[in-house]
Amino acid sequence: MKFVKRNLTLACAGVLALAACGGGDSGSGSMDKLGDGEGAVNLVAWAGYVEDGSTDPAVDWVTGFEAETGCQVNVKIGNTSDEMVELMQSGEYDAVSASGDATLRLIAGGDVAPVNTDLIPNYADVFDDLKNKLWNSKDGVAYGVPHGRGANVLVYNTEAGAAPDSITDMFESDSPYAGKISVYDSPIYIADAAIYLMATQPDLGITNPYALDQKQFDAAIAALESQKSIVSQYWALYTDQQASLEAGSVTLGTSWQVIVNLATANGAKIAATKTKEGATGWSDTWMISSKAKHPNCAYMWLNHIISPQANAAVAEWFGEAPSNSKSCELTADKNHCTTYHAGETDYWSDVWYWTTPTAECLDGREVECVPYTEWVNAWNKLRA
Amino acid sequence: MSSVNSNNRAKRTSSSLSRFVQKHPRLGLGALLSGPILWLLVVYVGSLVLLVVSAFFGLDEFTGKATSELTLRNLDEVVTENAYQMLVLRSIGIASAVTLICFAFSMPVGFYISKLAKSWTKRGLVVAILLPLWAGYLVKAFALRAIFEPGSEFGTGGFLKNTIGWSPGFGYLAVIITLAYLWFPYMFLPIYAGFERLPESLIDASSDLGAGSIRTFFSVMMPILVPSIAAGSIFTFSLSLGDYITVKIVGGKSQMIGNIIERTLLAPNQPLAAAFTLWPISIMVVYLLVMARLGAFKNL
Repeated sequence: MKFVKRNLTLACAGVLALAACGGGDSGSGSMDKLGDGEGAVNLVAWAGYVEDGSTDPAVDWVTGFEAETGCQVNVKIGNTSDEMVELMQSGEYDAVSASGDATLRLIAGGDVAPVNTDLIPNYADVFDDLKNKLWNSKDGVAYGVPHGRGANVLVYNTEAGAAPDSITDMFESDSPYAGKISVYDSPIYIADAAIYLMATQPDLGITNPYALDQKQFDAAIAALESQKSIVSQYWALYTDQQASLEAGSVTLGTSWQVIVNLATANGAKIAATKTKEGATGWSDTWMISSKAKHPNCAYMWLNHIISPQANAAVAEWFGEAPSNSKSCELTADKNHCTTYHAGETDYWSDVWYWTTPTAECLDGREVECVPYTEWVNAWNKLRA
Repeated sequence: MSSVNSNNRAKRTSSSLSRFVQKHPRLGLGALLSGPILWLLVVYVGSLVLLVVSAFFGLDEFTGKATSELTLRNLDEVVTENAYQMLVLRSIGIASAVTLICFAFSMPVGFYISKLAKSWTKRGLVVAILLPLWAGYLVKAFALRAIFEPGSEFGTGGFLKNTIGWSPGFGYLAVIITLAYLWFPYMFLPIYAGFERLPESLIDASSDLGAGSIRTFFSVMMPILVPSIAAGSIFTFSLSLGDYITVKIVGGKSQMIGNIIERTLLAPNQPLAAAFTLWPISIMVVYLLVMARLGAFKNL
């Protein structure tokens, strides 16, 4: 109750501030002020994002929230972005932790509402380079709050030779790692091929690896076709790559920091770096349904999950960089934020976060870009 | 006296329903079978029909859901695209290789167990062959993964690498070997049953007429066993054709039809995935027709 009253005061202040600024929102109905909790909130989330102690009794940032706000948390685990989009379309859930390849679909489909960030006090502490980005906002209006972020790092075996730093080692047939390379098995990897082309074929004119016109797209597919001969593994489950790194059958690959940590803990002699030409990454966003039946509780959840304590806990559990700048002091492993480069703006400046490629070019060009369904078809043909 | 009375009483107390069924036996049979037949038609056949029909629907690009417009686009993609044709041929090749390997092992083993082994050896060997069926599919596949792990100069390999210094690694060979191991009992059982049904007298008669053992095998035993071999091959071929889990576990970066169906379904693009399934469905229809001609269904 105290929590709600505090938020009410802040909300009223927020509304006044908003009125004073004269700032507009897209008008499709973000909330103006926070009311009382409705007693429950239905979430769609990735596994590991909403832990209530049932996986591991020490891992719990839900029970406290429920006690404080009276909002009973019901969570539905989504296994893929596509599944999450489908669930949100049903209108039965209040909030979702959407990855970049789902957010734009949800916004365009009208399944999520703009988020009034003034109703979320902890939003102020979120790293600035995560706010109002391509995948979590539209026309300057925020459609969610960032949960955390991670980069797709380059993992390499430290005993295989000098430490690599270039994406060319992943693509060129004279790579010293040829035959032991591991690649992420998803259509979104085409963006990594685009980053390779940005560095090696600048006359193609690629400015955003998710905004590829047909000519640029064909060039990316050609690069991936010639890459096939040096690739030994396309991984979809992170445990696959982890096992191969430990066995030494993979000595170079695109990976996640959490895989590197797990394999190192099992004795693998590996290290991770970011390719100097830039890399792809991901940042999940908590969004609120346009048909939410428990909008107040949803806002309270968003505020809670990006609060310093909860964000630190989930970032450590899941293996990613927290989105709240104050979380770094609160992680159990004091080196967590350093390992995951949480606050280093320079590190993230050349990371291209996963976004859904659309026919309308994401870099603003007037030509027609290749939409995601074509990415999927092309990837299917490549892998066949 | 009393028994006649009790009989009359029994007749009077039997229900009107059973009397009705006795008078109309066909209706009774129909009522008994209607449940299972309805299940077969609606659930089994009905869902297959839905699957095939869904291949002709289009896709809403943004939501990933099937639309109601009918189109031949999916079918066209699946049939004309060269990469997919190669994929289908590869899958048929793998399924055939698995069937041949299982057949090559089942014949001598089945012959030995059926004709030459003594009673306790015979039972023990049959049990030994059937025992792996009790272990789950995934358990066996992962066990073979541990055996095939190639390792490298940077890490330890699996069983093969450590004992004989070489491993085929993860790829099509590992897939074929694993599938042959998994489906061997399914090929063995019909062939073993066929051998058991083979009358000893025929073999005696054949040698009496002067045929050597090879001649006896090909001219007397094989023709009788062809239906059993055909029946066994249906299992190994169809199970291998559609497999995608073994490929993911020991196949490295190789792909079969099942993988592309899974990938397409999760894209999501259900109509295109349904179009892909038309390939294994047509292949199996042809295969089953051929096997039926060989008599497989006479003693399945």
